Amino acid sequence: MLAFIVRRLLQAVLVMLAVALIAFAMFRFVGDPVNSMLPEIATTEDRQALRAQLGLDEPIPTQFAKFIGGAVQGEFGISYRNKRPVSDLIVERLPATLELVFAAALFALLMGVPMGVYTALNRHGFVSNLLQIISLIGISVPTFVTGILLILIFSVWLNWLPSFGRGEVVQLGWWSTGLLTISGLKSLVLPSVMLGLFQVTLIMRLVRAEMLEVLRTDFIRFARARGLTDRAVHFGHALRNTLMPVITIAGLQLGSMIAFAIITETVFQWPGMGLLFIQAVSFADIPVMSAYLVLVALIFVVINMIVDLLYFVVDPRLSVGGDRA
Amino acid sequence: MRILTALGTALVVTALGTSGLAAKTLRMADSTDIAAMDPHSMTESNTIGFLNHVYEGLVRYNDELQVEPALAASWEFVDPTRVRFHLREGVTFHNGNPFTADDVVASINRAADDSSPVKSNLPGVASIEKVDDLTVDLVLKGTDPIVLNYLTNIYILDKEWMDKHDALLPSDIRAGKENHAVANSNGTGPFMLESRQPEAKTVLVANPNWWDTPKHNLSRIEFSPIASDATRIAALLSGELDFITPAPLQDIERINGSEGTSVIEGPELRTIMLGFNYGDTLHDSNLTDANPLQDLRVRQALNMAIDMDLIQKKVMRGKSRNAGLLVAPPVPGYDAALDERSPADPAAAKALLAEAGYPDGFEVGFDCPNDRYVNDEEICQAVTAMWARIGVKAALNAQTKSKHFEKVLAGTSDIYMVGWATLPMLDSYSVLSALLHTKSDRMGAWNPGGYSNPKIDELTDKVAVELDQAMRTAMMSEALGLAKDDVAIISLHQQPLAWAVRDGVNLKVTADNKPRLWYATVD
Amino acid sequence: MSADAPSRFAVLLDSDFVYSFRKSRVTLIATLVTVSIIMAALLAPWIAPHDPFDVATLSLLDSELPPAWAEGGDPHFLLGTDNQGRDVLSAILYGSRISLAVGFVSVFFALVAGVAVGLISGYFGGLVDAIFMRIADVMLSFPTILVALLVSGIVRGALPREMHENAALAVLVFAIAITTWVQYARTVRGSTMVERGQEYVLAARLVGRSSASIIFRHILPNVMGPVLVIATINLAMAILIEATLSFLGVGMPPTNPSLGTLIRVGNEYLFSGIWWVVIFPSLTLVVLVLAVNLMGDWLRDALNPKLR
Repeated sequence: MLAFIVRRLLQAVLVMLAVALIAFAMFRFVGDPVNSMLPEIATTEDRQALRAQLGLDEPIPTQFAKFIGGAVQGEFGISYRNKRPVSDLIVERLPATLELVFAAALFALLMGVPMGVYTALNRHGFVSNLLQIISLIGISVPTFVTGILLILIFSVWLNWLPSFGRGEVVQLGWWSTGLLTISGLKSLVLPSVMLGLFQVTLIMRLVRAEMLEVLRTDFIRFARARGLTDRAVHFGHALRNTLMPVITIAGLQLGSMIAFAIITETVFQWPGMGLLFIQAVSFADIPVMSAYLVLVALIFVVINMIVDLLYFVVDPRLSVGGDRA
Repeated sequence: MRILTALGTALVVTALGTSGLAAKTLRMADSTDIAAMDPHSMTESNTIGFLNHVYEGLVRYNDELQVEPALAASWEFVDPTRVRFHLREGVTFHNGNPFTADDVVASINRAADDSSPVKSNLPGVASIEKVDDLTVDLVLKGTDPIVLNYLTNIYILDKEWMDKHDALLPSDIRAGKENHAVANSNGTGPFMLESRQPEAKTVLVANPNWWDTPKHNLSRIEFSPIASDATRIAALLSGELDFITPAPLQDIERINGSEGTSVIEGPELRTIMLGFNYGDTLHDSNLTDANPLQDLRVRQALNMAIDMDLIQKKVMRGKSRNAGLLVAPPVPGYDAALDERSPADPAAAKALLAEAGYPDGFEVGFDCPNDRYVNDEEICQAVTAMWARIGVKAALNAQTKSKHFEKVLAGTSDIYMVGWATLPMLDSYSVLSALLHTKSDRMGAWNPGGYSNPKIDELTDKVAVELDQAMRTAMMSEALGLAKDDVAIISLHQQPLAWAVRDGVNLKVTADNKPRLWYATVD
Repeated sequence: MSADAPSRFAVLLDSDFVYSFRKSRVTLIATLVTVSIIMAALLAPWIAPHDPFDVATLSLLDSELPPAWAEGGDPHFLLGTDNQGRDVLSAILYGSRISLAVGFVSVFFALVAGVAVGLISGYFGGLVDAIFMRIADVMLSFPTILVALLVSGIVRGALPREMHENAALAVLVFAIAITTWVQYARTVRGSTMVERGQEYVLAARLVGRSSASIIFRHILPNVMGPVLVIATINLAMAILIEATLSFLGVGMPPTNPSLGTLIRVGNEYLFSGIWWVVIFPSLTLVVLVLAVNLMGDWLRDALNPKLR
């Protein structure tokens, strides 16, 4: 177990180095930050001077070495646009994004799992087919359109929910939360629905597919043969055995939801990391972009490790990486 | 326990926030957040415009864009390179500190420091000298007829406050630490910063000790950036906002048609134009040994092929103002007689092309931003179609502004869109020196195509130092006329400026696209 | 599998596979819809009333006309025109070509690569597994949007100009495939690890079957279920990602719009009453995605031996 964790950690470090390298390479293609930092009337001389000041004229290996040196200490420098330490900006925005992602994930699980179970147990029922089709329509529209439609319906027409922002937030130490105020909770509804909609469909279909498979397996037949009730069979045995792949996917999806939050945050002006990143892209704010990429990668690597560990704990049959036969 | 304390605090804050007497709150949204509270950290016009509510300069533009006294009550030229400012008496900063000459000296030095991102906005300033507690002398490098225009953008901070918080110099990105002025403020302006959550909400409250007589009746301004056009409009329509900038053209009808909201509009200073590559070869063409854009007839043909009336009517929904000149009417140097834009004539354009030796046209690269100007990408698409009809096959490359301007300024674009508002100078010299003057270290920063006309260069250099307003204006008009005859840059239009408000908000659109809320009232 | 079976075709016609297809009316309709959209897209140059790519034929005078049946509509433009005077119907037909190409090609590459990696990784484990999975981690750590930005930057720098327009499509496919293969790989790996320990695999090993034979004949069919679920969803996602990418200027050029680009552009007109520029492309996309997914569902159930 310990050896497994150590090996896994070493691999994670390698992954992070690769991510840093790719993130760094990307900067060559995002545009010249100097243009958006200086007034239009700045002379060519001024532009050159600023480029030198930012260290953009140094040889690329030197720039990369400095970048890694800083990144290891969690230092990504000062944002070109906001003039604040990037680490502060990220820490400020992290709670907003994480609350959004977890709310969306919760929404997806609460909707997706029951719908999946239902459609698996009533395979050919009318409601099942309807659910399947509705869930598909939900993901056939680009999320930015869904978001605008949600705003149109629930903010403009019905006037029930706010169309932008996080509402009132409360500071708990460095963590700012919108979960403790009414306006904060109301503000969370539309964005998490928009972000979670795709996952609802994915989880529902996954649960359904796995359920159907498990229901055919011998051990379920035995359970039935033992005279257990349908209820016990379905929920005690079948559902529990479908949860492995669901855990995997849900875990993996958390990472991609953080990435997809970029779009949700843009539509709802949700002051999280995705919005920070999109602003950074349009201003070629390289320190912010690099920090975001490295952080998303880090979160992902951690989630991945946890998923692997869960595999290990939940299902010892798998003995991850231990079998060299 | 911690949660409870936090909840308690939140309740208290909420209670305080809503207990204001007859509070007139203006909730507004712009497409971009202000970059920082530090007025010497960024020159974007939305940041500078918003910060003018908190900080002020020695002079300011009024709502007619005329320079008027602000922190300086009066001024005179002691000699052509020395301006003496008599500072206003009895002004205090938001923290109660008195405003004196020391503050002006420290602020100008801060803005002009080598590490300052705004120093390009103070090109002609040599030094600043204190004469007495309420008098300063600004020493110029040479005669500078538009120094006051520059100064409208240079705000004054409190020296004692900067000293205390180690903020006497602006943020130095290389130093890797935050400047106190980035998140805090202490100005003299009509409003004071109450709180700021970047990208979420910035709250200003009225300054009860403002030196000027308020024309506004606001007690509080809540500013939120909302990047998505549709969300911004939705928030206005749903009553969550009172004022938004900008309002997309295609939604004007909807906003005016909805109960309780309307659009206020006017022409902007910004002129949209198309620049050319004047190099020996094109970057993106089937022609490898010649650059047809060097031929005046080809440039005339390209200009003639563009039907601006149609673009004005369809793409801009009748809201833009077609331009024959590179500057807008309020800008000194503008000449109505030259502003005429002749109607489109594809047949004549084709004939000119044939005369120049390109009867079948040619291929050429065409670069546009897709998130910088009003309907930029749509305009470029329409122009591409119009050029296709005279045989010029433009390969349109529309991309986000940071990539677009990088490509343009690197000089790797054949034809490119650029907009110029002449701010903060509000003077044609801006266009002449940056866009038309032959490229050198200090001139022609936005002339990547390498246009060069000795007569324009000569006039521009004279304009830079001429103090006689009439002669200066005449020379600027002459130079702009030369550029027009040469089709050095195609001028398209002045883009429209559209803001939207809820009923009861009274505000005038100012052509520099900076809302001046010290003129705003709420019924 | 017996050697003296009748012709393969006869077996196919007689199989459960074809039987279940005939039985399901929904599947039949979905297949018809998918096939007709694909056909319409393929035949676009012949059946579209206008060529939306030929900018010389566009006129702003025709811009923003409503559908032919609505007031102010023009019979030449059945579904109306967009803000450039482009015929919406033709734009949808041509746009579907691009979207379908992006969707199918990227899913194909991602699926082949992902399943192969997942099988190898899951079956052999050890170092091979570790290397593949860490590469997967790196890929997953980057949003597709960013990979596309990077790839397109490199491509634009490296390729001559004439190839850019064609390259846009390849860039999209590559960017989507390289970030989505991981999903297949991880899922297949997990299932393979489970299957590897099953008795039938052990039995196959004991009788001396080669690893390749075991993987392809025994494990592959048993892990394809979740793969097809992901594939059908990813087909939709690829088309939608392509739309999202056009925000950053790395999607299809505005003069050469895909279905997603049409929706993205039309989306800006949602509040302004010009509904036809966003409704019709969206409807096309919804119908297409729905049909593909319904087919996928059926395919999954029909291919899964355990569900018979």
